[in-house]
This record gives sequence, C-alpha cells and structure tokens, in this order.
Amino acid sequence: MSPVPLHWYLAVAFLLFVLGLLVVLSRRNLIYILMGVELILNASSLVFVAFGSYRGAKGLLDGTVIGTFIVVLAAAEATIALAIVLNIFGTFHSVRPEDPNLLKE
Amino acid sequence: MQGLMQTDWGLFGDDHLRLMLCILLLPLMAFAVQIFFGAKLPRRGDWLPTVAMGGAFVLALSLFMTAVQHPDPTLFLHSARPPADEDGLAWNWLWSKGTPGKGNFVFAILFDNLTAVMLLVVTLVSFLVHVFSMGYMKGDPRYPRFFAYLGLFSFSMLGLVLTSNFLFLLIFWELVGLSSYLLIGFWFEKPSAANACKKAFLTTRVGDTGMLIGMMMIWWNFRTFDFVEIFEKAGQAVIANGGVPPGWMTIAAILVFMGPIGKSAQFPLHVWLPDAMEGPTPVSALIHAATMVAAGVYLVGRMFPFFMFAPDAMLVVALVGAFTALFAATIGITQFDIKKVLAYSTISQLGFMVAALGCGALGAGLMHLMTHAWFKACLFLGSGSVIHGMHHEQDMRKMGGLRRRMPITYLTMLASTLAIAGVPLFSGFYSKDAIVAATLHPAPGYESLALPHAGGLLWSLPRLLIPLAALMTAFYMFRLVIMTFHGTPRSGEAERAHESPSNMTVPLLVLGLLAVLGGSPWLFNGDFLGKHIWFNGLVHNPVFDAASGIVSFPEQVGHEGHGWAPLIISLVVAGSGILLAFLFYQWKVFRPEKVAAAIAPIYKAVYNKYWIDEFYLRFIVRPLVFHWNVFCAAFDKYVVDGVVNGVGRTARRLADGQGWFDKNIVDGLVNLAAFLTQVFGAIARIFQTGYLQHYITLLAGGATAVLVIFYWFL
Amino acid sequence: MSAEILAFLVLATATVAGGVVTLWSRYVVHSAFGLMLSLLGVAGFYVLLGSDFLAVTQVVVYVGGVVVLYLFGVMLTPPDREERSIRRIAVAGIFAVAALVVLLKAVFGMEGRWYGVDPDRGPASGGAVIREVGNAFMDKEAYLLPFEIASVLLLVALVGAVFIARREGGRGS
Repeated sequence: MSPVPLHWYLAVAFLLFVLGLLVVLSRRNLIYILMGVELILNASSLVFVAFGSYRGAKGLLDGTVIGTFIVVLAAAEATIALAIVLNIFGTFHSVRPEDPNLLKE
Repeated sequence: MQGLMQTDWGLFGDDHLRLMLCILLLPLMAFAVQIFFGAKLPRRGDWLPTVAMGGAFVLALSLFMTAVQHPDPTLFLHSARPPADEDGLAWNWLWSKGTPGKGNFVFAILFDNLTAVMLLVVTLVSFLVHVFSMGYMKGDPRYPRFFAYLGLFSFSMLGLVLTSNFLFLLIFWELVGLSSYLLIGFWFEKPSAANACKKAFLTTRVGDTGMLIGMMMIWWNFRTFDFVEIFEKAGQAVIANGGVPPGWMTIAAILVFMGPIGKSAQFPLHVWLPDAMEGPTPVSALIHAATMVAAGVYLVGRMFPFFMFAPDAMLVVALVGAFTALFAATIGITQFDIKKVLAYSTISQLGFMVAALGCGALGAGLMHLMTHAWFKACLFLGSGSVIHGMHHEQDMRKMGGLRRRMPITYLTMLASTLAIAGVPLFSGFYSKDAIVAATLHPAPGYESLALPHAGGLLWSLPRLLIPLAALMTAFYMFRLVIMTFHGTPRSGEAERAHESPSNMTVPLLVLGLLAVLGGSPWLFNGDFLGKHIWFNGLVHNPVFDAASGIVSFPEQVGHEGHGWAPLIISLVVAGSGILLAFLFYQWKVFRPEKVAAAIAPIYKAVYNKYWIDEFYLRFIVRPLVFHWNVFCAAFDKYVVDGVVNGVGRTARRLADGQGWFDKNIVDGLVNLAAFLTQVFGAIARIFQTGYLQHYITLLAGGATAVLVIFYWFL
Repeated sequence: MSAEILAFLVLATATVAGGVVTLWSRYVVHSAFGLMLSLLGVAGFYVLLGSDFLAVTQVVVYVGGVVVLYLFGVMLTPPDREERSIRRIAVAGIFAVAALVVLLKAVFGMEGRWYGVDPDRGPASGGAVIREVGNAFMDKEAYLLPFEIASVLLLVALVGAVFIARREGGRGS
C-alpha cells in the first residue's frame, strides 16, 4: 500500500488556487471576489501543510503554525474587507468593484 | 583583570537594587501623571514631582551613606547586576542567545561610589529646584507642564547615572538633551528662547555624533556595550598589543570625549550654554549648572578605565579642559548680565573638572563636580532670587546695594562665592585644591605616545592654565557679588527690590550650607587639613599597570604626598583674585574702565566672547544654510538660465533666417512629440482602466508569464 | 485502493466541487455554501496530513466564523443575481489555465526529492501534537514574535472593522 504522493495534494491545491483566481477575476460582485480570495488563501495553506507533513513531524509543526497564521490573516482580512464592502454599499448603493469611481477622470 | 569584575554584588543586595529602581521610577511616574493630569490636580500638581523627588532624595541619601561607610576601593565598578542575566532587575532589550557573553543590550544597574555621589547630587539639587520653582514660576500659564518637564529631566538624568550599558547611557543622554531643549524653550514665545533651545540641541548633537562613532568603534572591536566588559576587554587589548593601546582605542576615546565636549560645553562647542540662560532660572540652576552639564564629566568618569588605557586621549581631555577653564574665565570677567557671568563661570568650572580627569585624578574631578553642583546651584538660584526681586532685570550695572534688601540671598550667594573662589574651609577649596594638585602631578605613566617629545611640554600646560583660571574665578565672582550686592543702588528697581518668599530662600539656605560644608572632610572623618581626601577615599583613582594588565586602586595620598605646593598656589590665587576684585569694584582704587581702555583691543575681543558665535555663524551655520541657496541660485543662474538663453538664442537665430525650418521641422517635431505622447497615452490608457479586476488579471498574467519563462526558457 | 487514497479522492472531489460551485453559481448564497464545502474539504486534508489542530481551527474559524460573516454580508447587500458572463470567464480562464498548467508542470515534471522532501514518503506519522503546537507559539526561539504580531493584527482588525462599518450618522452629521 503506497501512500498518497505529495503531488496529488499539490494538484488539488493548485486547482483550488486557480478556481479562486477565476472567481476573483470573473465575478462582478465584491462578496464573490472576497470568497475567491478565501479559496486562494486556503490553497496556499494547504501547500504549506502538505509540504510540512511530508518533511516529518517537525515540518508538520511548522506547517501547522503557518497554516494557523493564514487562518488568522484570513479572518482579519474577511472582517475588514466585509466592513469596507458594507461601507461602499452604504455610499454607492452597489457592491460592484467598478462602481466606486469618484477618483476617475 | 580580576579586580574589575565583581560577580558578587559586594555589600549591595536585592533590597538596594530595588531602592535604586525606585529612585529611577519615582520621577518617571511623577512625569507621567503630571503631563496628563497636572492641570487638574490641586495646586496644579506641583507637589507631586516635588514629593517624588524628595522621596528619591531620601533613598539616594541612604544609598550614599552605605557607600560612604564602606570606603572599599574595589567598590568602584561593582556591577550591581544579578549573575544570571535573566533574573533580577536586569531588563533584556534586543536580547539574543547568539551573541556571546553578556554583550546583549541589557538594562542593568551599575552601582558604585561614583553612582552614589551622582545620585545624591542629582536628587538633592533637583528636589531643591522643585521647591524653588514653586515660588519662581508662580503664575506661569504653563506651570504644571514645567513641573512635568522637571520630572522628565530628573528621570533621564538618574537613568543616565544608573545604567550599566553604554547604549542605554546614550538613550538617557539624548533624553536629558530633549528635556533641556524643552526647558530652555519653555518660554518659547520669546524668539531668543526658541532660538537658544534649537542652538543647544543642535550644538550638542555635533558632539553626540562623534560619541556615536566612538561607541560604534568600541562595539565593532569588543562586541559589547557593558561598561565592565568594555574595561575588561580594553585591558586585554592593551596587553595583547604589548602594553600600548591599539591606535583605534585612542581615537575611540577621543571620539567618545566629543560627547562630553558638547554636553559639558567644552571649548569648541561651549557656545550653547550662555544662550541656554534664556530658560527659566531654576532650569539654569538644575540643568545648566549642577547636573546635565556635569553628565559629560560623569561620562568621562564612567569611562575612566577606558580613557586610562589611552594616554594620548587623556592628554586631549586635559588640554581641552584646562584651556576651556581659562578661556571661559576671561569671558566671565567682562560680562554684565548676571546669568551670563554665571554661565561662563560654569563652563570654566566644567573645564576644571575635565582637566582634572585628564590628569588622571578621577576623585578630584568628581569631587569638584559635587561641590560645584552645590555652590553653582546656589548661585543660580540666588541670581534667580535677585532677578525675581528686581522684576526680571539681569544687568548687574543696574543693581547694587541689594545686601540690605535681600539679606538671605546675599548671605547664601556670598558663601557660595567664597566656595567657588576656593577660600579655605569652604567646600570648593578642597576640590579645587585637589585639582591643582592633580595638574601638578599628572598620574604616572601618562607620557604621550604620539608626541613623545612634546608630550611633557603639553602636560605642563594645565599646570599654568588652571591656577590662572582659578585666580580669574575668584576675581569675577567677587566682581559679581560686589556689583550686585555692595555699594549703592544704581536703579529704581534696585531700590525697590525685596526679599523672595520662603519657598525660594529655604532651598538657597540649604544649598548655601552645603556650599560651606559639602566638601569638608570634617563632615565625614573629622580631620580637615592633613587628610582632606575623604572624597578620594570614596572614589578612588584606578591605576593601570600595562605590563601585568592589572587595574589597582592604591591608597590615595593627601598633601603629605603632593607636598604643600598645591595648597600654597590655591591660597595665593584665591587671595589675589579676591583682593583684585575688591580693589577694582569695592574700593575703586583702580578704575575697570581705564584698564579696559588701556587694553581696548583685547577687552573688545573678550567682551565679544572672542567672536566665536560670529565665527560659527559666518563660517559654519551660514555656509550650511546659505550654501544650498547659493548653489541653487548659481545653478539656476548659470545652468538653467544658460540653457534657456542658449536655446532661445539659437531658436531666434534659426527663426531669423530660416522661418520655413521653424514651420516645417520644428513644428513637425513639436507635433510629433505631442502625437507620440498621445499614442503612448492611449496605449497606457488601455491598461489603466480603473477596474480592479483588470489589474488583477494583468497581475496573474504577468506572474504566469514569469513562471512560463522560468520553466521553459531558462 | 487503500482507505487513505479513497478518503483523499472523496475530499478532493468535495473541495474542487465546492470551488466550482463558488465560481459557477448565480446565487451568492449558493456560492457561500460552495465555499463552505470547499473549506470543509481542506479541513479534511489537514486531518489526512496529520494536523488535527489546524483542521479543527479551520472548521471553527472558517466554517463557523468567516462563512457566517459572508452570509451576513450577503444579507446586508441586495440580491445580485448576476448573469454568468462566459466572455469574462473565458478571458480570465486563459490566464488561469495557463497558470494551472505551469504549476502542474512544475510539480509533476520534477523528479525525485526536491527541497529535501520525499514526495512518496507519506504524511508525518503521529501528526502534530497540540501541546507542541502551543509550545511553538509560545517559544521565543520559534514563533512567539509572529504570534504576538498576529494578536495585534486581530485587535487592529477588530477595531478597524467597527470603525469602518459604522454609520455615517455616528460622526455627528
């Protein structure tokens, strides 16, 4: 019985990353875009933990710690970004990223 | 170097360390409360820093008494630091396991007799100045803030004295500079005060830059900022170099000495101190007479073992000090502003201390620091009392006859003047006498290495300059007293002057008493001429033996060892100085105006302070400030204008003869440029859509492109 | 086919499917639930890799906190049933697929061990003990400083979110 190779984890992580990137690039709603960012963050976290785990116990520890930090960062990012989105909605009555354009031209 | 490092704490235990920490933190706490809530406290909070300083003084006195009762010479450099760095009261800052030894930036307390003396001086003078300020600053709109600043200053000064780490010393050094800046400019509505505080800050910064470079050299070579370790490694470096100091040590010592030159207002950088008198008079007494300016002397004393290893640096120290002593004294003779006279007197006395340290007499220099703190603080506070009574008139020519109207001020200032003049049995006599003795007998082994032939000659210079400066000190101080207090009133204010309230006279009385007794040996060991070296018994002069690399603290010698020459010299110069002052100003046997007229060119030079301020303004400040403007103007005039004119001339010539060229080529070029700009703008505009997602798309595309190039083409 | 590989395939399917739903759904709420599914899948991967602590954190913070936050955000903004713009997805997809191809090539094209990692050795046995994770956070030789900075960051985010999101009227207009 052979274990799952590291490549598989990385492939899943890359898929997740690309899906997140697509969400960020193609959606026209700020809340979707933030969700895409979450997917990208999770993909990177998964890479850290997978690499760490395949290095052994010490590596897994480091991967876990970095993954935790990513969770913390994501939580902070989500709160702030959602607060900004709500504020933008309050000001422009829109959640589309192209609508706040007071500075344009 | 076993004698230097004391891993046990000697007679100082845990409780003493806590006391020291309390002394340090009391003023800080007072400052923190006062700056935020001072205006809301009853009496606008003046009692809070005062009580804090009083408490600190009591603690410092108890520590001082412990130090005095155990005159153990090896107590010098007792690092009162716990053996294990992580415990106790040491605070690890920027601490890492990687650096070997204890060379991390550890805030620990270094307590030795030097610290004990400084703690006593700083806390007592500061406390008395707090009390005095209650009267002097009454009614000031920023009254609470004044006390807050005083608290900040006291904290910084005490930290400077207590720390065992050069880096922290630098931090506190700059903090006292900051509080000095704030206090000189306390009445910042006055342009002169605003300028003076900037001048003080910037001038001392010149010295600090040198000090910082010296510190870096020490760090580079020793990898430590801990004083005790620096001394240890310096000794090892000297031994490794065959008994002579490595060249960089001499340079580093001189560079470190630049800090004291700035802070203690020594010769090239003394210009800020007279101007600093624009601050309130209690500030002048506390910062610019008794404590902060003495910090430079303290630093040389703290780094003394390091300086000791570098005789050439000691020579520089001695020469700078002796020259400053004489130089400032000559200026002091000619001034008429009472605070300016005292300011130059301070510079001169600091020169005495520095010269003593340069001659290897640590004890003498620091004793003078202590006695000077007493009598100069008293003189400044006395002058503050006079200025208060005279309704802010500072010109001595308008005073006179104040003896009757301000008897307490007169008496205390007279006592201090006798002390500073070096009259026997007053405190200043003992310290000044010790300095004269030190200059007559510079410590052995201090031959100059760089100048083996001229060294002896140079060492004899302080011998001449110091007694001369002492004579002038006696003269100008009695000139001050006679012009202010004796004779008849020379203005309406002087006739209407009144004695100051008791919260101003009581500090005067205390300081006056200390000016009389503060240096006297019979206060401590009951013997007053034969063995007036109690202070040297307290702070021993270390002696370094280059061959064995051992620093020892030999038993100090009094006049038995020095002979009676210093005593006779001190008496003669003090007596003749006082006599001359009375001849000139009291009995009017000679007319000072006539003497001044006879040596008019010299008098003019001295009266104008040798035009040093003007020199700096002309050759340093103005060039610095204006060179840039001049450079810009020149650039504008010759380069820009030249190009413009050249282009214009060329264009005109072209246009004159060749209008078609203008129309076809020039216009074409201009239009082409505009067209190109438009094209590039249009291209750039494609990307600058303002849409967030377009940017991200470009970002992702760019990153992908980088990866593609990386994997397929590299 | 071992249980581990089976579990991996199930989790991978769930994760990628969740991501696709997030990308493809026309309803924000569906997207949020797709995100949740994806995050749960990642949490499962953490378990497989031996990092139970991170898996639990993922579920608690992400699924319990962040996704709920997004649902709140959805509730506070108008329903936005946007049309699926094939053109936009296609344009973005060119870049995204290019990136994916490059990344997969980088991984699968690599032979043997790389960066000291043997890709076939399997996850660490025993996993990360929570006690050790805690010690790593509190050890100043390890992650104490980042830990402290992260705590400050969270505080700033907390205060900042309140400040940003409060109504204009609060400023006394």
